[in-house]
Amino acid sequence: MKKDSLKKNKSKWIFLASVIALYLVLTLVNFSLAKESFLAFLELLKQIFPIFAIVLFFMFISGLFFNAKKITISLGKNAGLKGWFISITGGILSTGPSYMWYPLLSELKENGMRDAFIVAFFYNRAVKISILPMMIYYFGLSFVIVLTFYMILFSVINGILMEKFLKVKYKN
Amino acid sequence: MSLLKIKESFTKTLKSFKQIIPMILGVILLVALFITAVPKSFYNIVFTGNKIIDPLLGATLGSIAIGQPITSYIIGGELLNHGVSLIAVIAFILAWVSVGTIQLPAESMIFGKKFAIIRNLMSFFSALIIAILTTLTLSFL
Repeated sequence: MKKDSLKKNKSKWIFLASVIALYLVLTLVNFSLAKESFLAFLELLKQIFPIFAIVLFFMFISGLFFNAKKITISLGKNAGLKGWFISITGGILSTGPSYMWYPLLSELKENGMRDAFIVAFFYNRAVKISILPMMIYYFGLSFVIVLTFYMILFSVINGILMEKFLKVKYKN
Repeated sequence: MSLLKIKESFTKTLKSFKQIIPMILGVILLVALFITAVPKSFYNIVFTGNKIIDPLLGATLGSIAIGQPITSYIIGGELLNHGVSLIAVIAFILAWVSVGTIQLPAESMIFGKKFAIIRNLMSFFSALIIAILTTLTLSFL
């Protein structure tokens, strides 16, 4: 178990080192692209910082008020409709890039959150209330209603299929 | 609420933050490189007008592309104005927001390789199916 965790920890640093190496190679091959990309990276960091702060705050609150038992009741094997509702609504309301939500979801998963709900959360990130006016402007209201309906429906289908593929069996 | 519990939760959050930071930085560096190297006008050039190839192309490009969901809707809207089919545009938007090729290494490390690959594959095919279903439904309305 400890060996596994060490390996996982090491691979994260290898991943970052590989990306930095890619930038270093790019600096030699195409300096202006490397420079512009790095400036874009700093700009992205600036944009993402508040979202990351929100995620960390949620993690802190979740650690404070929810324990494994409570998470299992709301998002675990017996959560039923309530679990789907929480994960779908959470996905719709969540902001920022999906990878910012990895730490929180990983922690919830360790405490018993179903894989199906994680899938539903990610898929519903496609439905964004804040960009509804933009969608209506370009595609029209009926398009937005139909697309939103299918996206929510497929988030559930994908969630269920994921557990079938992973052969997750919940013991009662 | 006890001070001990607050301290415990704070330490746990800090530990998770330390664990995730190399991956987040790696993904942001890759995203920055991608958005700098690929101009938005690129998407306008690649669509061919073919009814079968374009949706597949849309879903593939959307899977590789990365950025805020709002950007995908703007590009999608512009593609539609330039005569690209609705199915291709929907597949492009949906794959953009639900498939994450660049984040795949990070997603694999956190949730497991099998989970990440299956989730992304399902999202890719769902983008195509939803694109067809939405276009069909709209034609009946």
